[in-house]
Amino acid sequence: MWCNHICNLNNQPETNKIVIKPTKGWQLVNLKELIQYKDLLYFLTIRGIKAKYAQSVLGIGWAIIQPLFSAIVFTVVFGRLANVDSYGVPYILFSYLGMLPWLYFSNTLNEASNSLVANANMITKVYFPRLVLPLSAAFSKLLDFIIGFIILIGLTIYFNYVPGISLLALPLLIIILLLASLGAGMLLASLSVQYRDVKHALSFMVQLMMYATPVVYSTSAVPAKYQALYAINPMVGVIEGFRAVFTNTPLPWTLIYPGIICSIILFVAGILFFKRMEKTFADVA
Amino acid sequence: MSRTAISIKNLSKQYRIGSQQKRKDTFLGQLAQAIKSPIENFRQIRNLNRFEKGDDTVFTALNDIDFSVSKGEVLGIIGHNGAGKSTLLKILSRITEPTRGSIEIYGRVSALLEVGTGFHPDLTGRDNVYMNGTILGMTRREIDRKFDEIVDFSGIEKHLDTPVKFYSSGMKVRLGFAVAANLEPEILIVDEVLAVGDVEFQKKCLGKMHHVAESEGRTILFVSHNMGAIKNLCNRGIVLNKGQMVYDGNVNEAIDVYFNNFSAKKISGGIIPDDFSTISTGEAKFKELRLLNSEQRESADFNTGDLIRINTLIEVRKEIKHALIDAKVVTKDGIEIAHIFSLYDQQEIDLSQGLWNITFSIRNNLQPGTYFLTLGIHKPSGHTIDYIESAIEFTSHNSHSVSDQWIHGYTSNEAEWKIIKQ
Repeated sequence: MWCNHICNLNNQPETNKIVIKPTKGWQLVNLKELIQYKDLLYFLTIRGIKAKYAQSVLGIGWAIIQPLFSAIVFTVVFGRLANVDSYGVPYILFSYLGMLPWLYFSNTLNEASNSLVANANMITKVYFPRLVLPLSAAFSKLLDFIIGFIILIGLTIYFNYVPGISLLALPLLIIILLLASLGAGMLLASLSVQYRDVKHALSFMVQLMMYATPVVYSTSAVPAKYQALYAINPMVGVIEGFRAVFTNTPLPWTLIYPGIICSIILFVAGILFFKRMEKTFADVA
Repeated sequence: MSRTAISIKNLSKQYRIGSQQKRKDTFLGQLAQAIKSPIENFRQIRNLNRFEKGDDTVFTALNDIDFSVSKGEVLGIIGHNGAGKSTLLKILSRITEPTRGSIEIYGRVSALLEVGTGFHPDLTGRDNVYMNGTILGMTRREIDRKFDEIVDFSGIEKHLDTPVKFYSSGMKVRLGFAVAANLEPEILIVDEVLAVGDVEFQKKCLGKMHHVAESEGRTILFVSHNMGAIKNLCNRGIVLNKGQMVYDGNVNEAIDVYFNNFSAKKISGGIIPDDFSTISTGEAKFKELRLLNSEQRESADFNTGDLIRINTLIEVRKEIKHALIDAKVVTKDGIEIAHIFSLYDQQEIDLSQGLWNITFSIRNNLQPGTYFLTLGIHKPSGHTIDYIESAIEFTSHNSHSVSDQWIHGYTSNEAEWKIIKQ
């Protein structure tokens, strides 16, 4: 009340006023501020892409090599040697369909959870909404995803698959993928500022998680009674959904629905936790 | 009535500092400690941002700061290292949160705690201008509009499309400052960023800041150790010491306060105030300190060759066997140039409880100038009992038969000469 009084006296619009005081507990995202900083998000995303491929001969070509070569290696190891069942789909297409979303997930997770520590010098010198750091990590990885996607289209044409009406579900699957990777990324990012253990754990956890996700095998290999539990992992629905869309089989909604719910929970939890921890970043980074 | 730009109320900030962990000295003890260390680490890391009362690992960087700044004021913030200047700026620029208190800011703020924040070595100068600009809160359109000006100011248009990693450090600073100089905030917060770069460029930056302050009427908060720049730029000064604001007012007086009361807190009438000691165990205390000349009169001026008697009164509260007493002569810049030590002169000092009057004399061989005297009393183990830093000021005057232009160094030494023709 008193403050309003002063503001009016001074003829200063309330909008121009910033109040700095200790915050406590859970915070909401200041969307208005985030929009103000959209150009920073844009340039950080561009920086992420440019810096990644700077001074490399193949440049953006690495975005093709990473998923394609992994798929080829998996085809040799799991498709030929271990004879994993891919239900009639050529194994290389089968594993590429798993690899493409999985690589986006794991790369984003790595990049986003490391984004605060890697940019500690920025955090300790300038104020900006810290959320742009994990966000830009997720956005800059989208380029790799798009390039991999173009290869995917080539592969489906080569193997003569024509997606049907289920193609309409693809945006939904991509949204689940984004929410899940960003949510987990934000959670781990806020943890890793204070606990550097996260960085050490993450590199092998991602590897282990890949085997908890149907990248090299099919979900049907999981016993039916564990399938509900299995589907808590949002990536299960995403990957099986991708396979269904591009090999024109019915969409596995029993796997996708839990994925939607879990990815939303993960995303909201990620944002809330991030906002809660945000105030300490500059002090402990 | 001038309008308020910043109003700070009861601002405090605490940090957690590391505490020494006790090491077990048995093998089994150490083993148990190694097993328990993850739990211990966890507790310690978790506590990095929790504060409870009576915790001795909490460091108060700012303590109850209160002031406000009017629109158009140029405020210089001065203080020694660790006085809390940077913490204050970090809170003002919203990098870190205060532990207590609040700040109200009216207007758009730009904080310059570093030049070239967010520069990526692999990106070109052009890309980095946009990167740095948006980090500082500009929009892409604003940077587009000012791009030519920025490039002009930096003077590196030839290298604009070269990755920044090939730049010299000077070029990076130029580019960084050029971006910052073209910000148009209503309130500008500048930390010691001018300490980098060559003299020519520093002049350019100061000129720009002067221009911004004078002709555009912006509010500026400026931290620097360069008193010339502070005097030149600011019309008001604030002096911080150990997290507390000790002076607020005219900038020239602020600088005087900074130099006199803090680089050397003077004691008056030879009596040393109780809280003067920088280190004190309470077992003994310097109560009085005087400099006497050869006529036993108190003085602060000594000619070269004069006797300086350092006379101090020590209150001993607990018996000290083999006490060590030393004195250091310190220049205005804080350089210790001479040491007087009871151990050099093989003095056995056993002090029982009570008041002790101790005098030691030196021959003044200091070159003309102003000096301070620091006094300490220690146990033979090396533990300091009481320590009074730069407690008293005195001046050495030139009584050499040489003019000032011949005088070099801090001390002059008499020498024995032999000049023989062979």
